Amino acid sequence: MVTECKREYGPDEPVIRVSGLCKTFGSQVVLDGLNLEVYPGEIMVIMGGSGCGKSTLLRHLIGSHRPDEGTIELFGKEITQMSERELDEIRKRFGILFQSGALFNSMTVSENVSLPLSEHTGLDAETIDIMVKIKLELVNLRNHADKMPAMLSGGMKKRAGLARAIALDPDILFYDEPSAGLDPVTSAQIDNLIKDLSSKLGVTSVVVTHEMDSAFAIADRMCMLDKGRILMVGPRSDFEKLRDSEPDELAGEDELLMRQFLRGEAEGPLTSKANSASYQDDLLGAGYHEER
Amino acid sequence: MPEKADNRNSIMIPGRLLIDKLAGFFSMLGGMTFLLFETVMVLLKGMVFRSQRVSRSALAFQMVRVGVRAIPIVIMIQVAVGVIMPLQMYPKLNEFGQGEQIATINAIAALRELGPLMTAIILSGFAGASIAAELGTMVTTEEIEALRATALSPVRFLVAPRLAATMIMTVLLSVIADVVMVAAGMATGRNLGVDPGLYMQLSREAVDISGFVSGLVKAGVYGLLIGLVACYMGLSVKPWEGSEGVGRATTLTVVYSIVAVIMAAAVFTVIFYAYGIFS
Repeated sequence: MVTECKREYGPDEPVIRVSGLCKTFGSQVVLDGLNLEVYPGEIMVIMGGSGCGKSTLLRHLIGSHRPDEGTIELFGKEITQMSERELDEIRKRFGILFQSGALFNSMTVSENVSLPLSEHTGLDAETIDIMVKIKLELVNLRNHADKMPAMLSGGMKKRAGLARAIALDPDILFYDEPSAGLDPVTSAQIDNLIKDLSSKLGVTSVVVTHEMDSAFAIADRMCMLDKGRILMVGPRSDFEKLRDSEPDELAGEDELLMRQFLRGEAEGPLTSKANSASYQDDLLGAGYHEER
Repeated sequence: MPEKADNRNSIMIPGRLLIDKLAGFFSMLGGMTFLLFETVMVLLKGMVFRSQRVSRSALAFQMVRVGVRAIPIVIMIQVAVGVIMPLQMYPKLNEFGQGEQIATINAIAALRELGPLMTAIILSGFAGASIAAELGTMVTTEEIEALRATALSPVRFLVAPRLAATMIMTVLLSVIADVVMVAAGMATGRNLGVDPGLYMQLSREAVDISGFVSGLVKAGVYGLLIGLVACYMGLSVKPWEGSEGVGRATTLTVVYSIVAVIMAAAVFTVIFYAYGIFS
Protein backbone atom coordinates (compact mmCIF):
# COMPACT_ATOMS: atom_id res chain seq x y z
CA MET A 1 0.00 0.00 0.00
CA VAL A 2 2.86 2.33 0.78
CA THR A 3 4.37 1.90 -2.68
CA GLU A 4 0.98 2.67 -4.16
CA CYS A 5 0.93 5.97 -2.34
CA LYS A 6 4.36 6.82 -3.58
CA ARG A 7 3.27 6.47 -7.17
CA GLU A 8 0.37 8.85 -6.81
CA TYR A 9 2.44 11.87 -7.71
CA GLY A 10 4.70 11.74 -10.73
CA PRO A 11 8.49 11.98 -10.53
CA ASP A 12 8.47 15.61 -11.63
CA GLU A 13 5.51 16.64 -9.56
CA PRO A 14 6.27 18.61 -6.41
CA VAL A 15 6.28 16.60 -3.18
CA ILE A 16 5.12 19.67 -1.32
CA ARG A 17 2.82 22.20 -2.87
CA VAL A 18 1.69 25.19 -0.86
CA SER A 19 -0.79 27.56 -2.44
CA GLY A 20 -2.36 30.72 -1.14
CA LEU A 21 -1.51 29.98 2.48
CA CYS A 22 -2.84 32.58 4.91
CA LYS A 23 -2.69 32.63 8.68
CA THR A 24 -3.39 35.34 11.20
CA PHE A 25 -2.84 35.18 14.95
CA GLY A 26 -5.16 37.72 16.53
CA SER A 27 -4.68 40.85 14.48
CA GLN A 28 -1.22 39.89 13.26
CA VAL A 29 -0.87 38.52 9.75
CA VAL A 30 1.81 35.84 9.88
CA LEU A 31 1.37 34.15 6.52
CA ASP A 32 0.05 36.23 3.67
CA GLY A 33 -0.95 34.22 0.63
CA LEU A 34 2.14 32.07 0.36
CA ASN A 35 2.94 29.82 -2.62
CA LEU A 36 5.77 27.31 -2.67
CA GLU A 37 6.66 24.08 -4.39
CA VAL A 38 9.33 21.61 -3.35
CA TYR A 39 10.44 18.91 -5.75
CA PRO A 40 11.54 15.36 -4.96
CA GLY A 41 15.11 14.95 -3.79
CA GLU A 42 16.02 18.61 -3.52
CA ILE A 43 17.16 20.57 -0.50
CA MET A 44 14.98 23.62 -0.16
CA VAL A 45 16.16 26.26 2.28
CA ILE A 46 13.60 28.69 3.64
CA MET A 47 15.23 31.85 4.97
CA GLY A 48 14.04 34.97 6.65
CA GLY A 49 14.51 37.14 9.70
CA SER A 50 12.93 36.51 13.08
CA GLY A 51 9.17 36.75 12.96
CA CYS A 52 8.96 36.48 9.18
CA GLY A 53 6.69 33.47 9.44
CA LYS A 54 9.13 30.74 8.52
CA SER A 55 8.57 28.68 11.68
CA THR A 56 4.83 29.11 11.30
CA LEU A 57 5.12 27.88 7.72
CA LEU A 58 6.98 24.82 8.96
CA ARG A 59 4.31 24.14 11.60
CA HIS A 60 1.73 24.22 8.84
CA LEU A 61 3.71 21.84 6.66
CA ILE A 62 3.81 19.22 9.41
CA GLY A 63 0.13 19.63 10.12
CA SER A 64 0.35 21.05 13.62
CA HIS A 65 -1.22 24.37 12.62
CA ARG A 66 -4.22 24.73 10.37
CA PRO A 67 -4.26 27.65 7.94
CA ASP A 68 -7.05 30.21 7.68
CA GLU A 69 -6.95 29.96 3.91
CA GLY A 70 -5.04 28.10 1.25
CA THR A 71 -3.97 24.53 0.72
CA ILE A 72 -0.96 22.36 1.41
CA GLU A 73 -0.39 19.20 -0.57
CA LEU A 74 2.07 16.60 0.65
CA PHE A 75 2.62 13.66 -1.69
CA GLY A 76 -0.25 14.99 -3.79
CA LYS A 77 -2.69 14.93 -0.88
CA GLU A 78 -4.36 17.95 0.61
CA ILE A 79 -3.57 17.94 4.33
CA THR A 80 -5.21 21.09 5.68
CA GLN A 81 -8.67 19.51 5.90
CA MET A 82 -7.49 16.09 7.06
CA SER A 83 -8.56 14.52 10.32
CA GLU A 84 -5.81 13.81 12.86
CA ARG A 85 -6.00 10.14 11.97
CA GLU A 86 -5.46 10.71 8.27
CA LEU A 87 -2.71 13.16 9.12
CA ASP A 88 -0.96 10.51 11.18
CA GLU A 89 -0.62 8.37 8.06
CA ILE A 90 1.07 11.29 6.30
CA ARG A 91 3.20 12.02 9.38
CA LYS A 92 4.71 8.55 9.21
CA ARG A 93 6.14 9.51 5.82
CA PHE A 94 8.10 12.54 6.95
CA GLY A 95 10.55 13.24 9.73
CA ILE A 96 11.33 16.47 11.50
CA LEU A 97 14.34 17.70 13.40
CA PHE A 98 13.29 20.26 15.97
CA GLN A 99 15.35 23.23 16.95
CA SER A 100 16.47 21.76 20.28
CA GLY A 101 16.34 18.16 19.11
CA ALA A 102 13.18 17.61 21.21
CA LEU A 103 14.36 14.21 22.42
CA PHE A 104 12.09 12.45 24.87
CA ASN A 105 13.99 13.18 28.05
CA SER A 106 12.86 10.12 29.96
CA MET A 107 14.30 7.75 27.35
CA THR A 108 17.80 6.87 26.24
CA VAL A 109 19.05 7.86 22.82
CA SER A 110 18.39 4.42 21.37
CA GLU A 111 14.92 4.26 22.90
CA ASN A 112 14.17 7.60 21.32
CA VAL A 113 15.10 6.25 17.92
CA SER A 114 13.35 2.93 18.39
CA LEU A 115 10.05 4.41 19.57
CA PRO A 116 8.65 5.26 16.11
CA LEU A 117 9.81 1.88 14.84
CA SER A 118 8.21 -0.15 17.62
CA GLU A 119 5.00 1.84 17.45
CA HIS A 120 4.50 2.11 13.72
CA THR A 121 6.02 -1.06 12.32
CA GLY A 122 5.38 -4.70 13.10
CA LEU A 123 9.09 -5.45 13.32
CA ASP A 124 10.45 -7.65 16.08
CA ALA A 125 12.76 -6.31 18.75
CA GLU A 126 15.99 -7.64 17.20
CA THR A 127 15.29 -6.10 13.80
CA ILE A 128 14.45 -2.80 15.44
CA ASP A 129 17.69 -3.02 17.39
CA ILE A 130 19.68 -3.42 14.17
CA MET A 131 17.82 -0.57 12.50
CA VAL A 132 18.43 1.71 15.47
CA LYS A 133 22.16 0.97 15.24
CA ILE A 134 22.14 1.77 11.52
CA LYS A 135 20.38 5.09 12.08
CA LEU A 136 22.71 6.01 14.93
CA GLU A 137 25.73 5.13 12.80
CA LEU A 138 24.42 7.43 10.05
CA VAL A 139 24.53 10.34 12.47
CA ASN A 140 27.71 9.08 14.13
CA LEU A 141 26.21 8.47 17.56
CA ARG A 142 26.43 4.70 17.87
CA ASN A 143 28.78 5.00 20.85
CA HIS A 144 26.27 7.07 22.79
CA ALA A 145 23.22 4.85 22.32
CA ASP A 146 22.59 4.27 26.01
CA LYS A 147 23.02 7.82 27.23
CA MET A 148 20.16 9.94 28.45
CA PRO A 149 19.45 13.13 26.48
CA ALA A 150 20.44 15.27 29.46
CA MET A 151 24.00 13.94 29.16
CA LEU A 152 24.38 15.01 25.53
CA SER A 153 25.76 18.24 24.12
CA GLY A 154 23.60 20.44 21.90
CA GLY A 155 25.07 19.08 18.70
CA MET A 156 24.67 15.48 19.85
CA LYS A 157 21.06 16.12 20.78
CA LYS A 158 20.41 17.39 17.28
CA ARG A 159 22.08 14.40 15.73
CA ALA A 160 20.07 12.06 17.95
CA GLY A 161 16.93 13.95 16.97
CA LEU A 162 17.94 13.48 13.36
CA ALA A 163 18.38 9.75 13.89
CA ARG A 164 14.86 9.63 15.30
CA ALA A 165 13.54 11.67 12.39
CA ILE A 166 14.94 9.21 9.85
CA ALA A 167 13.88 6.14 11.83
CA LEU A 168 10.93 5.38 9.57
CA ASP A 169 12.88 6.12 6.36
CA PRO A 170 10.85 9.21 5.55
CA ASP A 171 10.42 10.71 2.08
CA ILE A 172 10.64 14.25 3.41
CA LEU A 173 12.81 15.64 6.18
CA PHE A 174 12.04 18.97 7.80
CA TYR A 175 14.72 20.84 9.71
CA ASP A 176 13.88 23.67 12.08
CA GLU A 177 16.95 25.87 12.52
CA PRO A 178 19.40 22.96 12.37
CA SER A 179 22.48 25.04 13.13
CA ALA A 180 21.05 27.45 15.69
CA GLY A 181 23.03 27.53 18.91
CA LEU A 182 25.88 25.36 17.66
CA ASP A 183 29.55 26.14 17.36
CA PRO A 184 30.81 26.58 13.78
CA VAL A 185 32.39 23.12 13.58
CA THR A 186 29.35 21.27 14.86
CA SER A 187 27.19 23.42 12.66
CA ALA A 188 29.27 22.45 9.62
CA GLN A 189 28.97 18.80 10.64
CA ILE A 190 25.21 19.09 10.75
CA ASP A 191 25.28 20.73 7.32
CA ASN A 192 27.27 17.79 6.00
CA LEU A 193 24.80 15.39 7.56
CA ILE A 194 21.91 17.12 5.86
CA LYS A 195 23.66 16.88 2.50
CA ASP A 196 24.68 13.29 3.17
CA LEU A 197 21.21 12.16 4.09
CA SER A 198 19.80 13.89 1.08
CA SER A 199 22.21 12.17 -1.30
CA LYS A 200 22.38 8.80 0.46
CA LEU A 201 18.70 8.35 1.23
CA GLY A 202 17.32 10.49 -1.57
CA VAL A 203 14.99 12.33 0.80
CA THR A 204 13.50 15.68 0.02
CA SER A 205 14.70 18.20 2.60
CA VAL A 206 13.11 21.41 3.74
CA VAL A 207 15.41 23.48 5.94
CA VAL A 208 14.26 26.54 7.83
CA THR A 209 17.20 28.67 8.89
CA HIS A 210 18.58 32.14 9.27
CA GLU A 211 22.23 31.13 9.24
CA MET A 212 23.40 32.26 5.82
CA ASP A 213 26.63 30.25 5.81
CA SER A 214 24.87 26.97 6.29
CA ALA A 215 22.03 27.98 3.98
CA PHE A 216 24.45 28.55 1.11
CA ALA A 217 26.37 25.41 1.99
CA ILE A 218 23.44 23.03 1.68
CA ALA A 219 20.76 24.53 -0.53
CA ASP A 220 19.73 23.33 -3.97
CA ARG A 221 17.03 25.93 -4.08
CA MET A 222 16.29 28.72 -1.68
CA CYS A 223 13.38 30.90 -0.80
CA MET A 224 13.30 34.17 1.08
CA LEU A 225 10.41 35.05 3.35
CA ASP A 226 9.46 38.42 4.74
CA LYS A 227 6.26 39.41 6.53
CA GLY A 228 4.52 36.19 5.57
CA ARG A 229 5.14 36.40 1.85
CA ILE A 230 7.82 35.05 -0.42
CA LEU A 231 10.17 37.65 -1.84
CA MET A 232 12.10 35.33 -4.06
CA VAL A 233 12.44 31.64 -4.77
CA GLY A 234 15.04 30.09 -7.01
CA PRO A 235 18.22 28.07 -7.33
CA ARG A 236 21.09 28.82 -4.99
CA SER A 237 23.08 30.46 -7.79
CA ASP A 238 20.42 33.15 -8.15
CA PHE A 239 20.80 34.05 -4.52
CA GLU A 240 24.60 33.99 -4.70
CA LYS A 241 24.44 36.34 -7.66
CA LEU A 242 22.15 38.65 -5.76
CA ARG A 243 24.40 38.61 -2.71
CA ASP A 244 27.55 39.39 -4.66
CA SER A 245 26.12 42.01 -7.00
CA GLU A 246 26.08 45.70 -6.20
CA PRO A 247 22.68 47.38 -6.07
CA ASP A 248 21.82 49.60 -9.03
CA GLU A 249 19.47 52.55 -8.93
CA LEU A 250 16.53 50.54 -10.17
CA ALA A 251 16.66 48.07 -7.28
CA GLY A 252 13.35 47.79 -5.48
CA GLU A 253 13.04 47.63 -1.71
CA ASP A 254 12.59 43.86 -1.77
CA GLU A 255 15.88 43.40 -3.56
CA LEU A 256 17.73 45.71 -1.18
CA LEU A 257 16.17 43.95 1.75
CA MET A 258 17.19 40.52 0.51
CA ARG A 259 20.72 41.67 -0.20
CA GLN A 260 21.02 43.06 3.28
CA PHE A 261 19.83 39.79 4.77
CA LEU A 262 22.02 37.59 2.58
CA ARG A 263 25.07 39.65 3.43
CA GLY A 264 24.13 40.01 7.06
CA GLU A 265 24.59 43.77 7.12
CA ALA A 266 23.46 45.94 9.99
CA GLU A 267 22.34 48.86 7.82
CA GLY A 268 19.59 48.54 5.25
CA PRO A 269 15.85 48.50 4.64
CA LEU A 270 15.31 45.76 7.24
CA THR A 271 16.62 47.93 10.06
CA SER A 272 15.66 51.41 8.84
CA LYS A 273 12.18 51.02 10.32
CA ALA A 274 13.66 51.05 13.80
CA ASN A 275 15.29 54.46 13.40
CA SER A 276 12.01 56.21 12.70
CA ALA A 277 10.98 59.78 13.39
CA SER A 278 8.90 59.81 16.55
CA TYR A 279 11.99 58.83 18.61
CA GLN A 280 12.57 62.37 19.82
CA ASP A 281 8.94 62.79 20.74
CA ASP A 282 9.02 59.50 22.54
CA LEU A 283 12.06 60.45 24.58
CA LEU A 284 11.14 63.98 25.48
CA GLY A 285 7.38 63.69 25.69
CA ALA A 286 4.84 65.00 23.23
CA GLY A 287 4.65 68.44 24.84
CA TYR A 288 8.35 69.20 24.32
CA HIS A 289 7.94 71.41 21.24
CA GLU A 290 5.04 73.39 22.60
CA GLU A 291 6.79 74.33 25.80
CA ARG A 292 9.66 75.81 23.87
CA MET B 1 -1.37 50.12 19.85
CA PRO B 2 -5.15 49.60 19.52
CA GLU B 3 -4.78 46.26 21.28
CA LYS B 4 -3.38 47.92 24.38
CA ALA B 5 -6.29 50.32 24.52
CA ASP B 6 -8.68 47.37 24.28
CA ASN B 7 -7.04 45.69 27.22
CA ARG B 8 -7.31 48.76 29.34
CA ASN B 9 -10.98 49.05 28.50
CA SER B 10 -11.71 45.50 29.44
CA ILE B 11 -10.25 46.09 32.88
CA MET B 12 -12.29 49.26 33.21
CA ILE B 13 -15.55 47.46 32.59
CA PRO B 14 -16.03 44.88 35.35
CA GLY B 15 -18.88 43.18 33.50
CA ARG B 16 -16.69 42.52 30.52
CA LEU B 17 -13.94 41.17 32.73
CA LEU B 18 -16.37 38.87 34.48
CA ILE B 19 -17.61 37.56 31.14
CA ASP B 20 -14.03 36.96 30.01
CA LYS B 21 -13.25 35.09 33.22
CA LEU B 22 -16.38 32.98 32.96
CA ALA B 23 -15.64 32.19 29.31
CA GLY B 24 -12.13 31.13 30.32
CA PHE B 25 -13.49 28.96 33.11
CA PHE B 26 -15.98 27.18 30.87
CA SER B 27 -13.45 26.69 28.10
CA MET B 28 -11.18 25.07 30.70
CA LEU B 29 -13.98 22.79 31.89
CA GLY B 30 -14.77 21.94 28.28
CA GLY B 31 -11.14 21.21 27.55
CA MET B 32 -10.85 18.94 30.58
CA THR B 33 -14.03 17.09 29.64
CA PHE B 34 -12.69 16.58 26.14
CA LEU B 35 -9.35 15.37 27.47
CA LEU B 36 -11.12 12.94 29.79
CA PHE B 37 -13.24 11.65 26.93
CA GLU B 38 -10.18 11.17 24.73
CA THR B 39 -8.32 9.37 27.50
CA VAL B 40 -11.22 7.03 28.20
CA MET B 41 -11.43 6.24 24.47
CA VAL B 42 -7.71 5.54 24.37
CA LEU B 43 -7.93 3.25 27.41
CA LEU B 44 -10.92 1.39 25.95
CA LYS B 45 -9.20 1.03 22.58
CA GLY B 46 -6.15 -0.28 24.38
CA MET B 47 -8.23 -3.03 25.92
CA VAL B 48 -9.53 -4.12 22.51
CA PHE B 49 -6.53 -3.68 20.21
CA ARG B 50 -3.18 -5.01 21.29
CA SER B 51 -1.24 -2.54 19.18
CA GLN B 52 -3.02 0.41 20.78
CA ARG B 53 -2.33 -0.70 24.32
CA VAL B 54 -1.16 1.78 26.90
CA SER B 55 2.29 0.65 27.92
CA ARG B 56 2.28 -1.25 31.20
CA SER B 57 5.79 -0.24 32.07
CA ALA B 58 4.81 3.41 31.65
CA LEU B 59 1.85 2.86 33.96
CA ALA B 60 4.00 1.12 36.56
CA PHE B 61 6.61 3.86 36.34
CA GLN B 62 3.97 6.55 36.83
CA MET B 63 2.39 4.70 39.76
CA VAL B 64 5.72 4.61 41.55
CA ARG B 65 6.44 8.21 40.73
CA VAL B 66 2.97 9.43 41.69
CA GLY B 67 2.34 7.36 44.76
CA VAL B 68 5.14 5.45 46.33
CA ARG B 69 7.22 8.42 47.35
CA ALA B 70 4.13 10.04 48.88
CA ILE B 71 3.56 7.16 51.30
CA PRO B 72 5.68 8.55 54.18
CA ILE B 73 3.94 11.90 53.93
CA VAL B 74 0.49 10.32 53.90
CA ILE B 75 1.41 8.34 57.01
CA MET B 76 2.77 11.39 58.78
CA ILE B 77 -0.28 13.53 58.02
CA GLN B 78 -2.72 10.80 58.97
CA VAL B 79 -0.98 10.15 62.27
CA ALA B 80 -1.43 13.85 63.03
CA VAL B 81 -5.09 13.87 62.02
CA GLY B 82 -5.68 10.65 63.94
CA VAL B 83 -4.28 12.31 67.06
CA ILE B 84 -6.15 15.58 66.60
CA MET B 85 -9.62 14.15 66.05
CA PRO B 86 -9.97 12.07 69.27
CA LEU B 87 -8.30 14.73 71.42
CA GLN B 88 -10.75 17.38 70.24
CA MET B 89 -13.78 15.15 70.68
CA TYR B 90 -12.88 13.40 73.93
CA PRO B 91 -13.61 16.12 76.55
CA LYS B 92 -17.17 16.77 75.35
CA LEU B 93 -17.95 13.07 74.93
CA ASN B 94 -16.49 12.32 78.34
CA GLU B 95 -18.91 14.80 79.93
CA PHE B 96 -21.69 12.45 78.85
CA GLY B 97 -19.70 9.43 79.92
CA GLN B 98 -19.23 8.46 76.29
CA GLY B 99 -15.46 8.92 76.05
CA GLU B 100 -14.94 5.65 74.18
CA GLN B 101 -17.12 6.96 71.35
CA ILE B 102 -14.08 8.78 69.99
CA ALA B 103 -13.49 5.43 68.26
CA THR B 104 -16.78 5.72 66.37
CA ILE B 105 -16.19 9.31 65.36
CA ASN B 106 -12.60 8.73 64.35
CA ALA B 107 -13.46 5.66 62.29
CA ILE B 108 -16.30 7.34 60.42
CA ALA B 109 -14.21 10.42 59.78
CA ALA B 110 -11.24 8.36 58.60
CA LEU B 111 -12.85 5.83 56.32
CA ARG B 112 -15.68 7.85 54.89
CA GLU B 113 -14.08 11.23 54.52
CA LEU B 114 -10.66 12.20 55.75
CA GLY B 115 -8.56 9.25 54.58
CA PRO B 116 -9.35 9.78 50.89
CA LEU B 117 -9.55 13.56 51.24
CA MET B 118 -6.18 14.04 52.95
CA THR B 119 -4.58 11.62 50.51
CA ALA B 120 -6.02 13.57 47.59
CA ILE B 121 -4.81 16.87 48.98
CA ILE B 122 -1.32 15.47 49.50
CA LEU B 123 -1.28 14.01 45.99
CA SER B 124 -2.48 17.31 44.51
CA GLY B 125 0.78 18.78 45.65
CA PHE B 126 2.87 15.69 45.15
CA ALA B 127 1.63 14.16 41.92
CA GLY B 128 -0.43 16.94 40.40
CA ALA B 129 2.28 19.56 40.57
CA SER B 130 4.97 17.26 39.26
CA ILE B 131 2.83 16.00 36.38
CA ALA B 132 1.88 19.54 35.37
CA ALA B 133 5.49 20.69 35.57
CA GLU B 134 6.69 17.70 33.59
CA LEU B 135 4.12 18.00 30.79
CA GLY B 136 4.49 21.77 30.70
CA THR B 137 8.24 21.43 30.31
CA MET B 138 7.72 18.86 27.59
CA VAL B 139 5.64 21.42 25.71
CA THR B 140 8.35 24.05 25.95
CA THR B 141 11.08 21.64 24.83
CA GLU B 142 8.90 20.68 21.83
CA GLU B 143 8.66 17.07 23.01
CA ILE B 144 4.88 17.08 22.72
CA GLU B 145 5.13 18.53 19.24
CA ALA B 146 7.70 15.85 18.39
CA LEU B 147 5.34 13.12 19.59
CA ARG B 148 2.57 14.46 17.40
CA ALA B 149 4.89 14.82 14.43
CA THR B 150 5.90 11.18 14.89
CA ALA B 151 2.21 10.28 14.64
CA LEU B 152 2.14 9.26 18.31
CA SER B 153 -0.72 10.47 20.46
CA PRO B 154 0.29 12.44 23.57
CA VAL B 155 -2.95 11.29 25.15
CA ARG B 156 -2.05 7.64 24.77
CA PHE B 157 1.61 8.08 25.63
CA LEU B 158 1.49 10.65 28.38
CA VAL B 159 -2.00 11.39 29.64
CA ALA B 160 -3.47 7.90 29.86
CA PRO B 161 -0.75 6.35 32.06
CA ARG B 162 -0.64 9.42 34.30
CA LEU B 163 -4.39 9.59 34.73
CA ALA B 164 -4.68 5.88 35.42
CA ALA B 165 -1.74 6.06 37.83
CA THR B 166 -3.12 8.96 39.88
CA MET B 167 -6.48 7.20 40.10
CA ILE B 168 -5.07 3.87 41.21
CA MET B 169 -2.57 5.38 43.61
CA THR B 170 -5.11 7.69 45.27
CA VAL B 171 -7.24 4.65 46.01
CA LEU B 172 -4.32 2.58 47.30
CA LEU B 173 -2.89 5.37 49.41
CA SER B 174 -6.35 6.03 50.81
CA VAL B 175 -6.38 2.53 52.24
CA ILE B 176 -3.08 3.25 53.97
CA ALA B 177 -4.41 6.60 55.16
CA ASP B 178 -7.54 4.93 56.58
CA VAL B 179 -5.56 2.34 58.48
CA VAL B 180 -3.02 4.82 59.83
CA MET B 181 -5.67 7.24 61.05
CA VAL B 182 -7.60 4.51 62.86
CA ALA B 183 -4.39 3.21 64.40
CA ALA B 184 -3.32 6.68 65.50
CA GLY B 185 -6.79 7.19 67.01
CA MET B 186 -6.46 3.93 68.88
CA ALA B 187 -3.09 4.94 70.31
CA THR B 188 -4.49 8.29 71.35
CA GLY B 189 -7.53 6.61 72.87
CA ARG B 190 -5.32 4.32 74.86
CA ASN B 191 -3.57 7.32 76.38
CA LEU B 192 -6.99 8.74 77.22
CA GLY B 193 -7.91 5.47 78.91
CA VAL B 194 -9.95 3.77 76.20
CA ASP B 195 -9.20 0.06 75.98
CA PRO B 196 -7.77 -0.83 72.54
CA GLY B 197 -9.98 -3.90 72.28
CA LEU B 198 -13.10 -1.84 72.89
CA TYR B 199 -11.78 0.84 70.55
CA MET B 200 -11.35 -1.68 67.76
CA GLN B 201 -14.79 -3.14 68.31
CA LEU B 202 -16.47 0.27 68.26
CA SER B 203 -14.53 1.23 65.14
CA ARG B 204 -15.69 -1.90 63.36
CA GLU B 205 -19.29 -1.29 64.34
CA ALA B 206 -19.11 2.33 63.22
CA VAL B 207 -18.14 1.69 59.61
CA ASP B 208 -19.15 -1.39 57.64
CA ILE B 209 -17.75 -2.48 54.31
CA SER B 210 -20.00 -0.14 52.32
CA GLY B 211 -18.69 2.83 54.24
CA PHE B 212 -15.16 1.77 53.45
CA VAL B 213 -16.03 1.28 49.76
CA SER B 214 -17.73 4.69 49.57
CA GLY B 215 -14.46 6.23 50.69
CA LEU B 216 -12.52 4.38 48.01
CA VAL B 217 -15.00 5.36 45.30
CA LYS B 218 -14.48 8.95 46.31
CA ALA B 219 -10.72 8.44 46.30
CA GLY B 220 -10.89 7.16 42.74
CA VAL B 221 -12.77 10.24 41.62
CA TYR B 222 -10.36 12.52 43.49
CA GLY B 223 -7.44 10.84 41.76
CA LEU B 224 -9.12 11.26 38.40
CA LEU B 225 -9.69 14.95 39.08
CA ILE B 226 -6.07 15.49 40.14
CA GLY B 227 -4.70 13.69 37.10
CA LEU B 228 -7.07 15.45 34.76
CA VAL B 229 -6.37 18.94 36.09
CA ALA B 230 -2.62 18.29 36.10
CA CYS B 231 -2.47 16.88 32.57
CA TYR B 232 -4.72 19.58 31.20
CA MET B 233 -2.82 22.44 32.83
CA GLY B 234 0.52 20.96 31.81
CA LEU B 235 -0.50 20.50 28.19
CA SER B 236 -2.07 23.93 27.98
CA VAL B 237 1.28 25.63 28.53
CA LYS B 238 2.23 27.37 25.30
CA PRO B 239 5.68 26.66 23.82
CA TRP B 240 6.69 30.32 23.95
CA GLU B 241 5.70 30.79 27.61
CA GLY B 242 8.78 28.95 28.82
CA SER B 243 9.51 28.54 32.50
CA GLU B 244 6.95 31.18 33.44
CA GLY B 245 4.19 29.16 31.84
CA VAL B 246 5.37 25.99 33.54
CA GLY B 247 5.38 27.73 36.93
CA ARG B 248 1.89 29.09 36.40
CA ALA B 249 0.57 25.70 35.29
CA THR B 250 2.08 24.04 38.36
CA THR B 251 0.62 26.56 40.80
CA LEU B 252 -2.80 26.51 39.17
CA THR B 253 -2.80 22.73 39.18
CA VAL B 254 -2.35 22.60 42.94
CA VAL B 255 -4.99 25.27 43.53
CA TYR B 256 -7.56 23.92 41.07
CA SER B 257 -7.15 20.30 42.00
CA ILE B 258 -7.53 20.98 45.72
CA VAL B 259 -10.63 23.05 45.00
CA ALA B 260 -11.99 20.34 42.70
CA VAL B 261 -11.30 17.60 45.23
CA ILE B 262 -12.97 19.38 48.14
CA MET B 263 -15.95 20.40 46.02
CA ALA B 264 -16.29 16.80 44.86
CA ALA B 265 -16.08 15.64 48.48
CA ALA B 266 -18.98 17.90 49.42
CA VAL B 267 -21.07 16.87 46.43
CA PHE B 268 -20.48 13.18 47.14
CA THR B 269 -21.30 13.48 50.81
CA VAL B 270 -24.52 15.35 50.07
CA ILE B 271 -25.58 12.86 47.42
CA PHE B 272 -24.69 9.82 49.52
CA TYR B 273 -26.56 11.30 52.46
CA ALA B 274 -29.63 12.34 50.49
CA TYR B 275 -30.04 9.09 48.59
CA GLY B 276 -28.78 6.82 51.32
CA ILE B 277 -26.08 5.34 49.11
CA PHE B 278 -23.38 3.44 51.03
CA SER B 279 -25.12 4.21 54.31
